[in-house]
Amino acid sequence: MKKRIVLIGNGMTGYKFCEKFASSPLKEQYKLVVFGEEPHPAYDRVHLTSYYTGTVPDELLLAPAGWYDEHNIELLTNEKVIAIDREAKTVSSEKEKTYSYDILVLATGSSAFVPPIEGIEKEGVFVYRTFDDIDKIKKYIPKASKAAVIGGGLLGLEAAKAVLDDGLPTSIIEFASRLMPRQLDPQGANILKSKLENFDLEVLLNKSTEKITGNGKLEGLQFADGSTLDADLLVISAGIRPRDELARSAGLEVHQRGGIVVNSKMETADPSIFAIGECVVVHNMVWGLVAPCYEMAEILVNNIGGQSQEFLGFDLSSKLKLIGTDVASFGEALVESDKIKTIVYENKSRGIYKRLNISEDGKYLLGGILVGEAEEYNMLKQVVNNKIALPENPEDFILGARGGEGAAGIGVGDLPDTAAICSCENITKGDILSAIETDGAESVPKIKKCTKAGTGCGGCAPMLDDLLIHYMKSQGREVRKTICEHFDYTRQELYDLIKINEFKSYDELILAYGKGSGCETCKPVVASLLASIWNDLITKQDTIQDTNDRFLANIQQRGVYSVVPRIPGGEITPEKLIVIGQVAKKYDLYTKITGGQRIDLFGARVDQLPAIWEELIDAGFESGHAYGKSLRTVKSCVGSTWCRYGMHDSVSFAIEVEDRYKGLRSPHKLKGGVSGCVRECAEARGKDFGIIATEKGWNLFVCGNGGANPRHADLLASDIDKETVVKYLDRFLMYYIKTAEPLTRTSKWLASLEGGLGYLKDVVVKDSLGIGNKLEEEMAELISHYKCEWTEVVRTPELRNKFRHFVNSDEIDNNIKFVPLRDQKIPAKA
Amino acid sequence: MEIKEQTEIKEWVKAAAVEDFPRNGGAAVLVNGEQIAVFNFTNEGRWFATQNQCPHKGEMAISRGLTGDSEGHPKVACPFHKKTFSLEDGKCLTDEEFQLKTFPVKIEEGYVLIGIE
Repeated sequence: MKKRIVLIGNGMTGYKFCEKFASSPLKEQYKLVVFGEEPHPAYDRVHLTSYYTGTVPDELLLAPAGWYDEHNIELLTNEKVIAIDREAKTVSSEKEKTYSYDILVLATGSSAFVPPIEGIEKEGVFVYRTFDDIDKIKKYIPKASKAAVIGGGLLGLEAAKAVLDDGLPTSIIEFASRLMPRQLDPQGANILKSKLENFDLEVLLNKSTEKITGNGKLEGLQFADGSTLDADLLVISAGIRPRDELARSAGLEVHQRGGIVVNSKMETADPSIFAIGECVVVHNMVWGLVAPCYEMAEILVNNIGGQSQEFLGFDLSSKLKLIGTDVASFGEALVESDKIKTIVYENKSRGIYKRLNISEDGKYLLGGILVGEAEEYNMLKQVVNNKIALPENPEDFILGARGGEGAAGIGVGDLPDTAAICSCENITKGDILSAIETDGAESVPKIKKCTKAGTGCGGCAPMLDDLLIHYMKSQGREVRKTICEHFDYTRQELYDLIKINEFKSYDELILAYGKGSGCETCKPVVASLLASIWNDLITKQDTIQDTNDRFLANIQQRGVYSVVPRIPGGEITPEKLIVIGQVAKKYDLYTKITGGQRIDLFGARVDQLPAIWEELIDAGFESGHAYGKSLRTVKSCVGSTWCRYGMHDSVSFAIEVEDRYKGLRSPHKLKGGVSGCVRECAEARGKDFGIIATEKGWNLFVCGNGGANPRHADLLASDIDKETVVKYLDRFLMYYIKTAEPLTRTSKWLASLEGGLGYLKDVVVKDSLGIGNKLEEEMAELISHYKCEWTEVVRTPELRNKFRHFVNSDEIDNNIKFVPLRDQKIPAKA
Repeated sequence: MEIKEQTEIKEWVKAAAVEDFPRNGGAAVLVNGEQIAVFNFTNEGRWFATQNQCPHKGEMAISRGLTGDSEGHPKVACPFHKKTFSLEDGKCLTDEEFQLKTFPVKIEEGYVLIGIE
């Protein structure tokens, strides 16, 4: 008969033990019995917040319940073990059953640490640890109006964000003088704090909670400094406490601060009992991250099988995204010593903080912190872990290369094959390359399936992508980015297919080159391509257009639309201003000046749109294409006609350029600007193309944008005349339209363009590909087909008839309701 | 998942003529005071109907969504936040907690009829 291993605990570590057991020779000698006290089999607790936001439990299971059966592992869920009899070598469960063991493995994990605060037992106080905890919070939320979270660490911030998203004003209470004190230094924590505050999370530091007040139910908190806070829902996330009670009552040694004491081989003093995961203290500490716990599980399986491996500690680097903010720390992040050199970059206005700790001799990177922007995290971690010699200017890692072109220093190609790419699963660069090479794993999902890399925290996924691209390039091949399941083609391939076959409709294209009924991804991509190639009227194929393009207006709250007439260059006559005012008044529309120097009219019902536009068109307006992935505005400063500093007439040039490219559909929206002098009042360098007057002519800048990741446009050509500006713009825009991925702004496109700005200059200015004339001709062709879409709709009864809420009734949508605000109206909250 | 049995239908209501609906797309109809989104999959010769209100934020907009399929199963994406729903059973494919009510559809003598419980 087989001997028996009893494993107590079916959390992430317990599951990892099962997985390693199932693929080891141990399964021939031992029968494995696993106890889990929760009703579900082991699940991915790292992504618990995705359960909060609606992911079903089944999707978070590390393996389906059937997996254990298939591997001959007996899993008993909902069965808590309450006693160990070391002499009889048995364990007994809450259900009064007794099981004998030859080897006992404790993977009892940890529980949320609940500080002994007076009143902590009140209704409305929760922890954030299990599915069950989250169900309870969710159930309580409708009764609550103000939330507080005790604990400003990693998990506390996640919990705070989750309840905030459920609509509760939320305060974070931290005992220390900064957020995430284990990962961040004061400067980094400060940047994070202001980011959180921007999202309406209140952050209270240096607060020791003394009492939880309320009559039966929580009503507020009282702090040691005498201050108070109103709250009727409290989540406690003040750290973890190892679950060592079972070991303790069995007489095994536990650490004074909690945790089952084991040596580096995961052995307790009892030769038949081992312990792994968050319930143990090894090397004098509790290892509260998933990767080291996984390592312990693997080591123990190997050791039971006769090896003698040791757990030697683990890299505790971490990276997470909180409310859209990247926060990462790696290596020795917090060292304060004269023996190290630090490089610090801080940009408070953009919420970015980066710190590198460098060895005294300047040769090696020891660790660092990244807040607000952490794209470099994976590579920097590799540089630390593999002791890669630093380049001459290590600051390029966090500042980007300056002066020359090309990225800073070190890429995936420089890493040794032994570099651990996925630390959760301990997968090296060599493992991944061999999966690509010998198992044909030529996509990131395939690599994940084949090697398990990226299936833990998922943080290494961008690096898998980089490795794949690097490998493919080394083979002279490319990674194809196909559109979706309906088209096995890239955008650029579809562009060519449409052009060569002269397809004018989506239906023709999908019949010839696609399959199925299409979807919300490929339809707008093809619609945009057809418009970029033929510049036909998009309303002819209204049901393949994206949301706003279908009704030629921007959909807003409650399903009403906004109307934006074109005001080229921001110049408008008093007569036209009066018309806009009259139309807005007649249809009771909310009016606001936009950032692009025009006027937006909000609150029109779909059936009102044609009548509104008819009046605007009669007064000489055209569509502003505010709804399209197309040219929006060309913003201008007032220029030399009025301004005493102006060098040239920026308004006239802006109008000329806006009129030239109006209606031009592109992979993403396009914005332009023209400034009359270097003072740059039109903010042209924050646009996809910016034109700035110089003494000798104009400077042309390209690929800037505002928005979430602002970027200044780069200089493409300087001191050129107007004709040359237009010629280069034609080439630049056409080249972008032909080669960019869908929904990629010019700045992102440039970042992925091989050879970068230098190459773009070669193509556009030096005409290195010899396609300059062709690009100009194609642009001229598109421009010649321009028609105002709204004029066409207003004058074509068949198109006009599509603007109705119901096809069988003239009733209006009774769900639309408004409330007054500052003498205008806004949509009522649903 | 419950799929409505034909036997539950109390009444077939004439909604509108077939040509009132766009090809390979959707439109809203008002039936017995209720807003219903009707989808015409011309390429497959199939029709579907669901409630017009998106359960996510409550906008009356499902009919204006882009239609298509996922591995052969028909779906619609709400134009507001691109939550996608199966047109076969109304289940939200991107967020388990949401569900659309579905209605049976049939075509008779050039008219689209909706089955009401």
